[in-house]
Amino acid sequence: MTFIEMLGFGQKGWAGLLLGAALLTICVTATALVIGACLGAVVASAKLSGSRSLRLIGHVYTTVFRGVPELLIIYVIYFGGSAAVTAVGSFLGYTGFLGLPSFVAGALAVGMISGAYQAEVYRGAFLAISRGELEAAQAIGMAKGLRFRRIIMPQVVRLAIPGIGNVWQLSLKDSALVSVTGLAELMRTTQIAAGSTRQYFLFFIIGGCLYLVLTSLSDRVFQRAERRANRSMPASMGQA
Amino acid sequence: MDFPFLLQTMKTLLAALPMTLALFLLSVSCGLVLALLIVWMRVGGNAVARNFAKGYIFVFRGSPLLIQMFLIFYGLGQFGFIRYSFLWPALREPFVCAVLALALCTAGYTAEIFRGGLRAVSPREIEAARAIGMSGGLLVRRILAPIAFRHALPAYSTEVVMMVKSTALASLVTVWEVTGVAQRLISQTYRTMEVFLCAALIYLVLNFIILQAFAALERRLSRHRDTAPRPLPNAKPQIA
Repeated sequence: MTFIEMLGFGQKGWAGLLLGAALLTICVTATALVIGACLGAVVASAKLSGSRSLRLIGHVYTTVFRGVPELLIIYVIYFGGSAAVTAVGSFLGYTGFLGLPSFVAGALAVGMISGAYQAEVYRGAFLAISRGELEAAQAIGMAKGLRFRRIIMPQVVRLAIPGIGNVWQLSLKDSALVSVTGLAELMRTTQIAAGSTRQYFLFFIIGGCLYLVLTSLSDRVFQRAERRANRSMPASMGQA
Repeated sequence: MDFPFLLQTMKTLLAALPMTLALFLLSVSCGLVLALLIVWMRVGGNAVARNFAKGYIFVFRGSPLLIQMFLIFYGLGQFGFIRYSFLWPALREPFVCAVLALALCTAGYTAEIFRGGLRAVSPREIEAARAIGMSGGLLVRRILAPIAFRHALPAYSTEVVMMVKSTALASLVTVWEVTGVAQRLISQTYRTMEVFLCAALIYLVLNFIILQAFAALERRLSRHRDTAPRPLPNAKPQIA
């Protein structure tokens, strides 16, 4: 079989499968980003809150999820999640093993890691908002919710975009580790293609190139988002 | 809590700790040397070297470490000229492949961190050094390297912690370090949480020690900033 046949879209080609797998990688990462955004917002507010115990919980969360290998967290969510689902199933009267779908387990695991990093990004962005603006909002009698919606939220989002871009790149690379759960994303599909054609070098190079395309494309997207979010701001240092 | 089980798990995992440490120490030190070489090429005057360094950094930062590791472990053996070369006895070993992949990957990240450190050296300091006749090696040794290294230290400590976490991937090329042993224990005992707690504790303690060491190094390297400058011996004391 020639290289062209092997890499084409035909019956024996892997191109279609690999491109589909790249799409699945994006789906896993995007789901993880959303999960991480929710978790990150909660953890960031815990770390910024006045309560000492909440701050401690937030601190422990970010320390654990940034300090423990991603692979270990994926194993725990996958195996532990399956055990939990089986327990719930037996409680509801279903006997036998129930597995957590690998997409759910993978997105959840990468999302929890991304949540720890995003919490730090949001915390930094909040601290970068000028105190004067918050005081001014308070002084004209804005309620807490309104102040959050009009003053805090838009600025945190603007200031957090570069940080979120970094977290996205990290998650994109972490999503390759989800392949250990058997989810046929880009890494796993590359492995299968390499194994079944015995062209390990060729397919790992191609898989790597597809990841490079994904990372450089998303870099572009985040640069544009940053420019757009900053369009009303005077040009400042470090702008994309 | 089943303390005998926890103790037994901890013992089993600690037995794998030397492997994790060996992977970590070897890859960080090789990566550091390689990073210095790449950063030298990246900021040097030679356009070919500069573009090579740019490409290297782009490739190794843009693709997941796992794919790089598989490329080296599975991909290189495909070529006859490598299988029959003097390098094969080394490249056949999973441990060597894992260290090689980890070192090549961290070199890309570290080179960017050191480049950032170099940019933080004020041009005036370089001009001053040139004005008193320093050049080449002396300038690098006395001015550029110390200042750049101190600026790069916080970011480099993050990268080193990332490397501790990355050693977990070596388990996927059959090197039995802590995460690999933990995964085996989980699939043998189905006691996910207990095994996770022990393994997480090991990594967190390891990272804590590393971060403390870097903090101490940073304090040591910025001692001159904390203390007030000593008055010149023959200067008259100023009276306020």
